[in-house]
Amino acid sequence: MANGATAAAVPQSVPKRMIAFIVRWTTATNHKDIGTLYLCTALLNLFLGGTLALCIRAELFIPGLQFVEPNFFNTLTTMHGLIMLFGFIMPVAVGFANWLIPMMIGAPDMALPRLNNMSFWLLPTATIMLVSTLFMDGGAPNFGWTMYAPLSTTYGPPSTDYMIFAVHMLGISSIMGSINIITTIATMRAPGMTWMKLPVFVWTWLVTAFLLIGIMPVLAGAVTMMLFDRNFGTAFFDAAGGGDPLLFQHIFWFFGHPEVYVLALPAFGIISQIIPTFSRKPLFGYRTMVMATILIGFLSYIVWAHHMFTSGMPYGAQLYFMLATMLIAVPTGMKVFNWITTMFRGSISFETPMLFAIAFVFMFTFAGCTGVMLAVAPADFQYHDSYFVVAHFHYVLVNGLTFAFLAGAYYWYPKFWGRMYNERLGKIHFWLSTISVNVLFFPQHFLGLAGMPRRIPDYALQFVDFNFISSIGAFVFGFSQLIFVYNMISSRHRGAPASDQVWEGAEGLEWTLSSPPPHHSFQTPPRVD
Amino acid sequence: MSEPTSSEKYYVPASSHWPILCCVALFTFFAGIGRWLHELPSGPWVWLGGVALLVVVLFGWFGTVISENLSGVYNEQVGRSFRSGMKLLILSEVVFFAGFFGGYFFIRLWGVPMLGGEVHPITSVMLWPDFTADWPLLTNPDNGRFLGATDLGSPWGVPLANTLLLLTSSVTLTYAHRAVGSGHDGILKIGLLLTILLGVTFLGLQAHEYMNDYERNNLTLNAGIYGSVFYLLTGFHGFHVLVGVIMISTMLGRAMKGHFSRPGDHFALEGVAWYWHFVDVVWLLLFLFVYWL
Ligand code: HEM
Ligand SMILES: [Cu+2]
Repeated sequence: MANGATAAAVPQSVPKRMIAFIVRWTTATNHKDIGTLYLCTALLNLFLGGTLALCIRAELFIPGLQFVEPNFFNTLTTMHGLIMLFGFIMPVAVGFANWLIPMMIGAPDMALPRLNNMSFWLLPTATIMLVSTLFMDGGAPNFGWTMYAPLSTTYGPPSTDYMIFAVHMLGISSIMGSINIITTIATMRAPGMTWMKLPVFVWTWLVTAFLLIGIMPVLAGAVTMMLFDRNFGTAFFDAAGGGDPLLFQHIFWFFGHPEVYVLALPAFGIISQIIPTFSRKPLFGYRTMVMATILIGFLSYIVWAHHMFTSGMPYGAQLYFMLATMLIAVPTGMKVFNWITTMFRGSISFETPMLFAIAFVFMFTFAGCTGVMLAVAPADFQYHDSYFVVAHFHYVLVNGLTFAFLAGAYYWYPKFWGRMYNERLGKIHFWLSTISVNVLFFPQHFLGLAGMPRRIPDYALQFVDFNFISSIGAFVFGFSQLIFVYNMISSRHRGAPASDQVWEGAEGLEWTLSSPPPHHSFQTPPRVD
Repeated sequence: MSEPTSSEKYYVPASSHWPILCCVALFTFFAGIGRWLHELPSGPWVWLGGVALLVVVLFGWFGTVISENLSGVYNEQVGRSFRSGMKLLILSEVVFFAGFFGGYFFIRLWGVPMLGGEVHPITSVMLWPDFTADWPLLTNPDNGRFLGATDLGSPWGVPLANTLLLLTSSVTLTYAHRAVGSGHDGILKIGLLLTILLGVTFLGLQAHEYMNDYERNNLTLNAGIYGSVFYLLTGFHGFHVLVGVIMISTMLGRAMKGHFSRPGDHFALEGVAWYWHFVDVVWLLLFLFVYWL
């Protein structure tokens, strides 16, 4: 039997090794394996979505139609948005959750490991279905990631049905993932790990998971109605039958706004772990941080119609949604205040993760300010559907959240793999990214304020200069990310061995484990006091 | 491949091929529906393939969990995790229905009155000046494209009977659940059987009503917004009853094998009971707001 075991461990031939490889990863139930799968998939999707974005920016380099025809341009923006949101940002957050939550709370694994595997593999399954629409007759969905009816019902291409099914599968995946995360946090904490001792990252994910359970079923319902309107003659979004296209917008944004915080809260959590480490001070205001997280989660459910000021709403409702939206700035401001105060009088050092974290604080705060501008209902009549919106949400999503996840990737890389990344390349990556991302998105504010609409393949001549600058920034930013990939891959074997503590100022259970940590993180629960 | 590990506190299962097969099944299932909708001849067959694979997966996956449970490797922590998971799953279902109910109230209290000229009279003048808002909406704004229903059944016939059926079934299920582990296997089996019969009767009556609505009252999916929300809400509820009946039948099968006779942790029955009560509550809301008021 010993013979058989060795043969299974080191298969001889190449096909056999390939099969062993596939079996290992498709059947994985270990939280680290699944975390790695999530992170790698997210990175692939970042490049897929990024390629589409570069196609968009190439078309917008100069006015006129150069490379793509208008309908294909619309499919590019739609697929870019969908892939970035569902294929990159959400999975990257879940990948960190899988890796870190068991280690941070002192557990051996997630509570429901087989469910965990299914949550992950539904993601590539759905992505394949989504991307396959690009090759279908009539083209891929072309109505934007917001899928407004009737563009998606009466006028949507046939492939829309497959997009709907992809969204269904993504929804199942997120719901199962959230169930797993909440259950893990609720039932697997090490003895002595009370709620108010949970690391902030775990807290943010707890709230995020509840947000997901509160919105993904609603999105599933919305696209189901869309499916019925398209195929079975119902009239949910058709006023001729007594339905209402505005119903779609309300349901969609009831999902859509909390979704923004689903993406943002885990990023806040990562930043809240990194800044204390490199300031060599405990996080300022842990309690307010937790309260702010919960408050943001709650408020995010009741502000959705700020996306619909121009769709038609009674004045009272506009006033309410405007004020409620501005209220969210308060807990978010608390967080920013706490991050800055943590740094205040700390002995700060500027390793790559800290650089990205500090850049996050600056640029995310800036994005928050343009957000407050957009919340002003009368002003939004000017900004709505212009490049100003595009600039705003890219400052949130790219300059903000993507930077936070890059910070997290550098920060925990030595812990995950037992090797240091290359610090010099990290710094080069940081400076190139930070400069180019601002060249890319900052001018878009001016474009929007001057009236350039979003989702448009051609533009008037007064917009030439800023578009030109923006496109240059886009290509530099896109290609800079290759440095990151190179650094991650090459340091895996060539990096200097990392100590268990890795960062001098780091605190938390994950740093008590070896680097890389054992397969099942904590076999016997540690005691926390 | 990782081996299962178990310390006195945790149980961590080995790697498993069921989840990935489940993903393949779902992909096939949805791809099949898609092809079917687009009238490709292979559609129904692909879909059937997906369904078949899904059935295999469900048997295999739940079978594994059951045999692990019977072999006694689970501990208290696993029980707590399963319970938490089931509660959250039901929470997500609550949200799913809440979304539909939200849409229903939006249409009924806002969308249709707006079309009828409330709030901004200009809407109705410009679009359909002859339209009068009404609920249930029988005459649609464009009654040529969406031919409204001619008549609606009374809530005091079949819907009331269905309400009583489901309420009774909750009682019989609780009765069965109480008998678990007490050695009274007979009560357990009879309770489960009664619950199944009540559930199946509910489904039969509901199907009968649907046929009646379609043929006599022209209450179809095409009958404008009333038909749309009516079938959406009751249809998804009916689907959940069907799933519940299947789950309870599985429990009956397991009870026959004596799985529940020894005292101990019987999460499966508890989870199924929670689910059934949830489906019951949804029906009460449906009866109240869709059929009656
Ligand atoms: C290389 C970096 C990126 C570039 C150059 C880029 C560029 C663009 C452009 C040009 C558009 C179309 C704007 C329009 O005409 O309406 C767009 C839309 C969008 N982008 Fe990006 N983007 C980048 C990264 C990201 C990331 C990381 C995310 C999310 C995490 C993201 C999310 C979105 C969304 C949601 C839309 C809206 C799509 C729609 O209109 O339906 N982008 N992006
Ligand atoms: Cu919003």
